[in-house]
Amino acid sequence: MRIPLSWLREFAQVPAGATAEDVMAELVKVGFEEEAVHRPTDTLKGPIVVGQVLSIVKEPQTNGKTINWCQVRVVPEGQQQSLTGEGIDPSGVQGIICGAHNFVEGDKVVVTLPGAVLPGDFHISARKTYGHLSAGMIASVRELGIGEDHDGILVLSRIGLDPEIGTDAMELLGLYDQAAEINVTPDRGYAFSIRGVAREYAHATGTSFTDPASKVQAPAELAGGYGVKLNDDAPIYGKPGCDRFVARTVRGVDATKPTPPWMTSRLRLAGIRSISLPVDISNYVMLELGQPTHCYDLDTLSGDIVVRRAVAGEKITTLDAKERALDVEDLLITDGSGAIGIAGVMGGAATEVSGSTTNVLVEAAHFDEVSIARSRRRHKLPSEASKRFERGVDWQVAGVAAQRVVDLLVELAGGTAAAEGTDVGTAPDAVTVELPAAFAAERIGIDFTEEQILTSLEDLGAVVAKNDGGYLVTAPSWRNDLETKEDLTEEIARLVGYDQIPASLPVAPPGRGLTRVQQQRRRLVQALAASGLTEVLAYPFVSKAANDTFGVSTEGSPRKALKLANPISEEQGYLRTSILPGLIEVAKRNHSRGFRDLALFEAGLVFLPGDTLGTASIPPLGIRPSEEVLDGLYDGVPDQPLYLAAVLTGHDSPAAPGHAPRAWDWADALDIARIAGDVLGVEIVISQGQHQAFHPGRTAQLALRTGEVLGHAGELHPKLLAAHDMPARSVALEFNADALFAAAADVIVARHISTYPVATQDVALVVPQEVPADEVLNALREGAGELLEDVALFDVYAGKGIEDGKKSLAFSLRFRADDRTLTADEASAAREGAVAVAHERFGAVQR
Amino acid sequence: MTETLPGAGVPNPLDEAAITAAVDQAVAAIAAASTLDELKAVRLAHTGEKSALSLANREIGGLPKDQKAAAGKLMGSSRGRVNKALADRTAELEAENDARILVEETVDVTAAPRRRRAGARHPLSTLQERVADIFVGMGWEIAEGPEVESEWFNFDALNFKPDHPAREMQDTFFVEPPEAHLLMRTHTSPVQVRSMLEREVPIYVLCPGKVFRTDELDATHTPVFHQFEGLAIDKKLSMADLRGTLEHFARQMFGDEAQIRLRPNYFPFTEPSAELDIWHPGAKGGPSWIEWGGCGMVNPNVLRAAGIDPDIYSGFAFGMGIERTLMFRNEVGDMRDMIEGDVRFSEHFGMEI
Repeated sequence: MRIPLSWLREFAQVPAGATAEDVMAELVKVGFEEEAVHRPTDTLKGPIVVGQVLSIVKEPQTNGKTINWCQVRVVPEGQQQSLTGEGIDPSGVQGIICGAHNFVEGDKVVVTLPGAVLPGDFHISARKTYGHLSAGMIASVRELGIGEDHDGILVLSRIGLDPEIGTDAMELLGLYDQAAEINVTPDRGYAFSIRGVAREYAHATGTSFTDPASKVQAPAELAGGYGVKLNDDAPIYGKPGCDRFVARTVRGVDATKPTPPWMTSRLRLAGIRSISLPVDISNYVMLELGQPTHCYDLDTLSGDIVVRRAVAGEKITTLDAKERALDVEDLLITDGSGAIGIAGVMGGAATEVSGSTTNVLVEAAHFDEVSIARSRRRHKLPSEASKRFERGVDWQVAGVAAQRVVDLLVELAGGTAAAEGTDVGTAPDAVTVELPAAFAAERIGIDFTEEQILTSLEDLGAVVAKNDGGYLVTAPSWRNDLETKEDLTEEIARLVGYDQIPASLPVAPPGRGLTRVQQQRRRLVQALAASGLTEVLAYPFVSKAANDTFGVSTEGSPRKALKLANPISEEQGYLRTSILPGLIEVAKRNHSRGFRDLALFEAGLVFLPGDTLGTASIPPLGIRPSEEVLDGLYDGVPDQPLYLAAVLTGHDSPAAPGHAPRAWDWADALDIARIAGDVLGVEIVISQGQHQAFHPGRTAQLALRTGEVLGHAGELHPKLLAAHDMPARSVALEFNADALFAAAADVIVARHISTYPVATQDVALVVPQEVPADEVLNALREGAGELLEDVALFDVYAGKGIEDGKKSLAFSLRFRADDRTLTADEASAAREGAVAVAHERFGAVQR
Repeated sequence: MTETLPGAGVPNPLDEAAITAAVDQAVAAIAAASTLDELKAVRLAHTGEKSALSLANREIGGLPKDQKAAAGKLMGSSRGRVNKALADRTAELEAENDARILVEETVDVTAAPRRRRAGARHPLSTLQERVADIFVGMGWEIAEGPEVESEWFNFDALNFKPDHPAREMQDTFFVEPPEAHLLMRTHTSPVQVRSMLEREVPIYVLCPGKVFRTDELDATHTPVFHQFEGLAIDKKLSMADLRGTLEHFARQMFGDEAQIRLRPNYFPFTEPSAELDIWHPGAKGGPSWIEWGGCGMVNPNVLRAAGIDPDIYSGFAFGMGIERTLMFRNEVGDMRDMIEGDVRFSEHFGMEI
């Protein structure tokens, strides 16, 4: 909401020298955030004066254009020019070149004299042009920054002005005024008006306030006016869509009369463009009182006005010349011809006021917030009117607002008010809230005095009665947000001042610290970072193709994914089922910035919808749903496990003297997965794997000992890397971190540490190429028995001396007994036992 | 080098002068040896089988019995002197040798390759953990929840009326199909609702996490950002308790000088509601109040939605943006730096914040 200061001053005690910033500094105390300052003088500086065109000499140019060489009087005849400066003619007559042709000799215009500055940092000076010294400019509204029209210069008579020559044009056009723009929270509909903000300014400063509504003399009763019927047969939540409709008639209006500059200036500062006098008056009254009104061309109406819900198939052409199909829930203003307006949202084109309008019907109605909000949303028609109706308008002010419009139409448009009028509807019941005496003090922590409570509430306009345990408070008609004792408590605290609230630190009961999973997650992420990887946080929005490529279920088919109804980009319209697409994008961005050696990881949620998706309905607010309903809500929320993924491209380290960097390879991806297992105390079982995003021969499946698959690690598919312009041999991994956390032991049981000497035996086994080394190792472990402390693969060889299709695997076996020194024979026997199992299982033969 | 004894004859083991001369000669030669190789030659020449002292020693066997003891004593001490000189000189030369090799092995430590280095955490994660730790230290617990959420948890349970403008102001991402009432949570408040439903009062929880709004990415907006929200439900909690908690937290985060300010505001889920500002003495352009987040006393409708009796319990809640905190605490000028994953951004912070 923008508040022109001149307007605010009419109703509140704003110091003469106060700026928009000063006003905002006061309003912020009572809860209105500062948004912006609108001050024409920030970009516009005089001297800018009223001039009269004495003569125009038309001078055709070689380029085909004709320019005007004008003599313009800027000081009343017989007076001295009091301004001095370069280019200011002491005679009081300026020679000015002007390219526009929409004026004649004798017209009064706005002259920007040398030394003036216009918006866009445009400095006016005397300059030679078209063979003359042009000392100033005859300005258009656009050049002055007060309008869009740049077809010609501003001729003052056309806006109804005949000021004295030399008058300060900035004063004349209201350009010394300024506006404070504040943010109005959605509960405070009343503050979308000068009336509401002036009251709040008075609260903030402790000064007096004049209600603009009190300045309007509206008749207590209206009768005999235009016929209006309120026929809502389908109220929403039982509230009638329209519960008051005031209609007033003004005849003999000249709708073509210009809007006076004081009004256009205020409208402009408030952010509203001048359209025509009747529309400007309607907008002006809305800004002043908060009550939207509408002016119909009375002569286009036929029959009674009926406010009702739309019928199926009904249509309307609105003011913006668009035909709109109506919904049966839309509340309409209708006459004998059908719909003439979507109530509170936008009027119809057929009945709008135009230049030829002479008789006006003024509407000031009160509509249900929800009904207006729904129509506005349905038709995507946000308007100044709907903004106010959705948040709540003062029921009581409709008659006053209609009268104010009538008064202005009479005063400015030459109309005559009809004595008769219409006012139908029923006032809603006043809301009375019980406020226990001690409640506000307990809730806020300030020991409010009774006087503070009474004064605060009465200042708001509430009526307060004392009762047994406290107060009975009737909220003012413009405060539909005051419904509970908590609401009143906020008002008391707000007016006494939030800065009065003391500080006390409540003590929480003993907590359990971070949960196990929270600790595990931290340890995992910390360990990967400590191992040299860099954590990134990518957006979860991905394309369908990315999900289909990376988000593969354990069965190998693409997973179901969630689609956003309103994504930022349709291309990235899905929620990720894998972290990898985001990581690859981040890697590519880093590549483009010159970083090719990368080790990136992210731990984040992926979205894995199951068969149940959401719930068909949701329970109402303010009441705990039943267990059954709650279970439904919980079950409807898709599974969102924490996944961890990493992408490694390029080399492990920068080149340095005596150090050759090593290219990351598939084994690094496996290592990272194993580090994850290490830091969580969970063994990760590696086997040959398949994943369409990975190299078919260089992919490991990561699993738990139980067989549960966690994910994959290895080299990314060469085709995929090429398609993404990623370095060849880039590697990646991804696994379900939540599943890894869950597999960690609650308690790790200690192992006995034998101090007897070790006996080490190496063995080389020849097996078929396709036999995985890990399986041979497991066979050795099984066969070696209890004496085996550890076994490790230390070499793989194929080639000369080894039969084609076979390979030699060299293992180191470490034996130790708990209770004695092993003899060489015992160790050898254990080794033979190990080899026997490998032989039996894989035909392994010792070399 | 071969040492020939001048006037080579075998000295008499009883001739003390001759023996002493031979010993002196040997000691001088040992001292003169400048390398271990030279010393080895000297050792062979003066203590070898053919050396004067060895030969003289061998003569003892042929001496009369009564002279043997005197000769043995003379020869023993003489050879002892030579051996000691040898041992000392060997030690000296070996030390010199060792020292020289170590000097020769000197490297330029400033040219060392960096083979391994620690990676980096994302500062948003690190900051989130820092915040969580402060509250854990106060006995609060950390609660988390899903990012795709039921509309009820995100709005209705938090007293957002279905047609109220406040609901639209959240710029929500909805999940298809709309009839399923699923959305991407617009704040971490649904976790507060879940906490209230799942836990017993009193409740003191902090809910950090990722949230989503349909804003385009620019220098100050991002569709995905992080929040931490606190919720306390207990008997007789007041706005003074809220202020005290926030002040304590602000001091833990920003030092003992930190100050906060509360301004009236509106949120559907709190009544009264306040905007929280923090005094930032180091702000660019001079000390100023910075908008940090929102807070207030939990609206009784929110308590009712969780089955908590608002006549017995009251509560307060607050929420701040982690991006925003990082922006003013660590002077991050552009939101995009936090989003794009440029390794320079995280690596500058390393594991710290």
